[in-house]
Amino acid sequence: MIRFEPRETVSPLLRTGVPVAAALAALALAALPIMAAGAPVLQAYVLMARGAFGSFFAVSELLSRATPLILTGLAAALAFRARLWNIGGEGQLYAGALAAVAIGSGAISAPPAVMIPLVLLAGALAGAMMMLVPALLKLRLGADEVVTTLLLNFVVVLFVQMMLEGPMKDPMGMGWPQSEPMADAATLPKLFDRMRVHAGLIVALIAALLAHILLARTVWGFEIRAVGENQDAARHAGIPVTATFVRVALFSGALAGLAGVGEVAGLKGYLTADLSPGFGYAGIVVAMLAGLSPLGVVVAALFIAGVFVGADSMSRAIGVSNYLADLVVATSLIAVLVSGLFVRFRIRLVGPGRRASAGKDTGA
Amino acid sequence: MSEPLPGRPHERKIVLSLAGITKRFGAMTANEAVDLDLHAGEIVALLGENGAGKTTLMNILFGHYVADEGEVRIVGPDGELVPLEPGSPHAALNAGIGMVHQHFALAENLTAFENIVLGTRPLLAPSTSSRADRQRLEALMRDSGLTVDLDLRVSRLSVGEQQRVEILKALYRDARVLVLDEPTAVLTPQESEGLFATLRQLADSGLAIVFISHKLAEVLSASDRVAVLRMGRKVADLPTAECDRQKLAELMVGHSLSQSRREPRAPGEVLLALEGVCAGSGREAVRDLSLALRSGEILGIAGVSGNGQAMFARLVSGLERATSGRILLAGRDVTAGDARAMIAAGLARIPEDRHRDGIVGAMSVAENLVIEEIRSARYQRLGFLDFGAIAARAREAIAAHDIRCRGGSAISRLLSGGNIQKIVLARTLDAEPAVVLAAQPSRGLDIGATGEVHRRLLAARARGAGVILISEDLDELFALSDRIAVIHRGHLTPARDAGELDRATVGLMMAGHAEEAA
Repeated sequence: MIRFEPRETVSPLLRTGVPVAAALAALALAALPIMAAGAPVLQAYVLMARGAFGSFFAVSELLSRATPLILTGLAAALAFRARLWNIGGEGQLYAGALAAVAIGSGAISAPPAVMIPLVLLAGALAGAMMMLVPALLKLRLGADEVVTTLLLNFVVVLFVQMMLEGPMKDPMGMGWPQSEPMADAATLPKLFDRMRVHAGLIVALIAALLAHILLARTVWGFEIRAVGENQDAARHAGIPVTATFVRVALFSGALAGLAGVGEVAGLKGYLTADLSPGFGYAGIVVAMLAGLSPLGVVVAALFIAGVFVGADSMSRAIGVSNYLADLVVATSLIAVLVSGLFVRFRIRLVGPGRRASAGKDTGA
Repeated sequence: MSEPLPGRPHERKIVLSLAGITKRFGAMTANEAVDLDLHAGEIVALLGENGAGKTTLMNILFGHYVADEGEVRIVGPDGELVPLEPGSPHAALNAGIGMVHQHFALAENLTAFENIVLGTRPLLAPSTSSRADRQRLEALMRDSGLTVDLDLRVSRLSVGEQQRVEILKALYRDARVLVLDEPTAVLTPQESEGLFATLRQLADSGLAIVFISHKLAEVLSASDRVAVLRMGRKVADLPTAECDRQKLAELMVGHSLSQSRREPRAPGEVLLALEGVCAGSGREAVRDLSLALRSGEILGIAGVSGNGQAMFARLVSGLERATSGRILLAGRDVTAGDARAMIAAGLARIPEDRHRDGIVGAMSVAENLVIEEIRSARYQRLGFLDFGAIAARAREAIAAHDIRCRGGSAISRLLSGGNIQKIVLARTLDAEPAVVLAAQPSRGLDIGATGEVHRRLLAARARGAGVILISEDLDELFALSDRIAVIHRGHLTPARDAGELDRATVGLMMAGHAEEAA
């Protein structure tokens, strides 16, 4: 018989080891579909690793893939720390991208030193506004933010499609539903020649650092942690719970909005309705793998980006569908959630015949 | 109360035997080599402070936990003691062990009858009201003196009636051993007496009864034998007749005790006034509440749990808004104030549920010590936390109040209830507030920690603060209060001098008989 006993304390080693184990477990489980596809498992993994880390180009691809994931991961991590369940990263990303294109594709012309901050600001603001609505619905009417943020994703993506088929459609776009390209002055510079990795990565890394400082070292961060860990006690202690939720919602939405800016102004150069292959949702996985720590988000985003980039590369080489990446990402989320059980509980095997010894073999 | 039963326990039949029970949780040992024998027809009190391991021991008995070492044996069908399968409540039930938990395990939307027969019949039985079951249960009620309206939904029964349903549930399953965890915690004094009379009757019919308690008075009046647990070990097991209050208290704590004393003091001007305040709805509402708290007095509020105390505390804490009436703090209208406004106005609040409202368990001791003042210039500069000042405050408070922890960075959740309460007391009382609201401040605390709470409330009174003490413990109220008011179904009686009242009067008022008591 298996018995679960709650742990008194959780060691730091366990806390960091468990997400790593979860990620490895997800990768290992991917062997099953690879085998089912009839491909050599070991070679597939080697190709994946090579595709993600094997060359300067591969690393550049990895970093450019990680850039939006860091930002959406931070958006989820920050909100989740306050127990505000922002599932709307995808919609906020598109809102940010839309705002960036609206400002940066010719509506205003100014030198890059003005345009780039302006575009970033517009995207952040748009993302923040997208999150403000569910936050106010939650605080005023008690509407569950899981539902409202999730459903708003579809609203935003459909709105973007409408704009791209109508008012914002590029007249020079050969009939494709895409926006006019970003002006050169509004484009985020590439970090290396002929590589796709762009200045959005710097923005993402700075955002991670700032989010870490916010949570660990400021009064606002203190209040976010208190509200997230025990809302009743926080309210009793006079912490402004409503204001904290609104603040977190704005920060969270802004971060996801920035991810959208990076994609249009740093990578694609124009907006399409398939700008994001689910970065908003993958950000949730990133945040969970990171244990909701902003600095951990960077590491987790690199892992998830590596899975995506590596699977693309492997897929081209041996013809296993790159949906494998989605499978690994989804499995790693499940693995993290399951591993929560191991963090909170000690598992013991207890049989009727060995009850006397069962207590001793696991120790303290 | 009837006389202790004739015949010494060892001449009577042992029905249950716990031998060498040891249970560890991580580094903590909850029970260490505990032996306990239970005889048919006796009432044993299991006495101990909070955290002494009483509930753990009973949970092992009932199969909720598995002991690391030791064995539970129960009398089998042929009269021999046989080992009880560990870790199986099902086996415990079948062996005739009935447990009445502190928090009842009743389905509120079912009737008393349905609750009692629930689980005793096949899943696909056609109906829940067979006549034979009903007759058997009615006979049981007659024999035991436990009466309850079987057809009422449990949600409409009083707490005392719900407890009777729980006991009937155990008896209906032919319990031979009845375990009650802190059975009087939710009862009025009169209800408690009734309960113990019933238990005596059940014991006389051959049942073995164990009740867990930390109240010396009821242990002395209701049990045949007392087993005292201290820090997981059984330190005494002796006939109640050979015990007195002082002896039991010392066995329980491990050293001799001094009583906290209340010096006479003339009350001063009114600090906090409630004028016709209404709030909430349903069972937890308060209606037309008026009181005036003066400087230098402790105003006790007595009442059975669930009569509006919680709403009253939330109201004064700034967590709930009054729908009508006014709240005045030192003459200022704070009716619309939130928690922050109440703190700023000089009102200290000690919450009833310290784990839920008192501390953020996942945050450190230091963070919990400063959480109410985190925005003050003392602990932050331009929105950045001043870790030096926070750590210094933690060191000071930990030293001054003997908070047992591994320093300010220790996670609060892992502290004992008494130490958590010390954090709350340090946070709320060190700033010398004018008014103190203490809701059930010693609930669940051991004697030592309770003494500390009382000492600090008396110290606040001595320096001229007004203290409201909400408590269900009459001993505590009479020991500390200058005046006592009683809350019943959301109505508060006018406060009367504690010297004019006695326990019986207050007990009647708690049961809603204010006129008869007056």
